[in-house]
Amino acid sequence: MTFWNQTKECMSRDEMTFLQGKRLHKLVEYVYHNSGFYRNKLQAAGVLPDDIREIGDIVKLPFTTKQDLRDNYPFGMFSAPMSEMVRIHASSGTTGKPTIVGYTRRDIEMWSEMIARCLTAMGADRNDIFTVAYGYGLFTGGLGMHYGVENLGATVIPMSTGNTEKHIRLIHDCQTTGIACTPSYALYLAETMKKEGIDRSEIHLRIGAFGGEPWTENMRKEIERNLGLDAYNIYGLSEIMGPGVSCECEAKDGSHIWEDHIYPEIIDPETTKRLPNDGTRGELVFTTLTKEGMPLIRYRTHDICSLIDKPCSCGRTAVRMTRILGRSDDMLIIRGINVFPSQVESVILSLKEFEPQYRLVIDRVANLDTMEVQVEVRPEYYSDEMGRMLAIQKKLEEKLKSVISIKAKIRLMEPGSLERSVGKSNRVQDNRKLQ
Amino acid sequence: MIIKQVSVFLENRSGRINEVTKILGANGINMIAFSMAENPDFGILRMIVSDNDKAVEALRAGKFAVSVNDVISLSIPNMPGALSKVMEILAAKGIFIEYMYAFAKGDTGNSAEIVIRPTYVDRCQVVLTENGF
Ligand SMILES: [Zn+2]
Repeated sequence: MTFWNQTKECMSRDEMTFLQGKRLHKLVEYVYHNSGFYRNKLQAAGVLPDDIREIGDIVKLPFTTKQDLRDNYPFGMFSAPMSEMVRIHASSGTTGKPTIVGYTRRDIEMWSEMIARCLTAMGADRNDIFTVAYGYGLFTGGLGMHYGVENLGATVIPMSTGNTEKHIRLIHDCQTTGIACTPSYALYLAETMKKEGIDRSEIHLRIGAFGGEPWTENMRKEIERNLGLDAYNIYGLSEIMGPGVSCECEAKDGSHIWEDHIYPEIIDPETTKRLPNDGTRGELVFTTLTKEGMPLIRYRTHDICSLIDKPCSCGRTAVRMTRILGRSDDMLIIRGINVFPSQVESVILSLKEFEPQYRLVIDRVANLDTMEVQVEVRPEYYSDEMGRMLAIQKKLEEKLKSVISIKAKIRLMEPGSLERSVGKSNRVQDNRKLQ
Repeated sequence: MIIKQVSVFLENRSGRINEVTKILGANGINMIAFSMAENPDFGILRMIVSDNDKAVEALRAGKFAVSVNDVISLSIPNMPGALSKVMEILAAKGIFIEYMYAFAKGDTGNSAEIVIRPTYVDRCQVVLTENGF
């Protein structure tokens, strides 16, 4: 088992807590003196840099939101002067303005260090050849991974997206051993390879760093089977940095967060109260402890997962995050229980009797929340027997209950009555808001 | 006799049955027999029609969920105890019936037509044939 930075990755909890406290104090002092945005925010919250002495003091600090980034477009969130900035990335916003992120030279170095740690955790070393098939450009995926692979000392082939045939040719001819792309592209690549008659025994891939979108254990199995490699999750978000905030190690049991640089918290998205790192589910919040260009304090990701701070079998002590279960903006509270449309969706997708479309109708009847799940049965499963249709209905009801702990009413719909290809938010109709 | 039955899944909304009959009528398809099974949420309309393929095609084009399956059509004397006799034979042979319905054919009053949907159609037909039906 090798580590890229054993001191930091395997630090004892006490040492890590001490280091984080020191870095947090330094960060708050830094933004207080260098960012008008944070000075105002801290003053409004009545917190001064000297109030932050240890990492536990972080709960005194106000949150930063995506809206803050939009309101301060383009450079209002920068703490370093433009003369110190060496790169800008931007992510496309769903509502017009892109989100701008600026990096100093040291930020880029720190980012490359984090990705080198990730790749090492996956078992990669300087002998590997990686094709990076994330988009190169404004998106952080391509360039971020590129610098990380170079920092590791491995060889990088900057494929970017598209041009699948050439990509396959290079994987084959150059005998590449690593690949970084989205998991869905990996599946597409495997499919194309099969069509071209290339057997997995002819390629040398052994490590895949997949991220940029949520994926499942089933997808992992399929990718591993088709490409003959070990598939690892790599997680990140451009506001914080890009890919490499966390990644899976060879244990494939949660993604290690490099918490000496990026400090994670789990909060209740409703009350914003901090939750323990014992597997309790909530919204993931990040503080960039060491960034210079655009540090963020308690940035709300809206991603729902849980944190585990127990040491991992790989020897790392760095806290692990579970897979992203959903988005807190989508979260529904039904009879006091948090329910994510993505959970309902995954149950529907796991049953062969149903089409992937669905609609949730939430209501309140006699002071009790109700949830109705509208689904269409696949054509081949319609039957003339009432008993069989009721059994299909019951099957979904029970599976759903075991996953979301709520009994939902299942309404079978006629084919085509549910809209195709609409956003997740349009799949939910919450009638309680009208009262 | 084993014949085909066409079933349509219907949400419990007003006018849905009317839609089905309109489509069949517009395509010159005759509905010979039908029965409706329903619960508070949805219903299943089962029909014996004059042209199965055409009915399925027209209904699917109209966005209905359609399934086709085998049922047994049986002609029995129109007199007391006739149906009971059939039921006794089937029960004695352990034939389970999911549902059944009756219909009138032409204007003869001497016999009644019934549609039987047993769990296993072929086995039921064998039993009926053996007993002279
Ligand atoms: Zn580990």
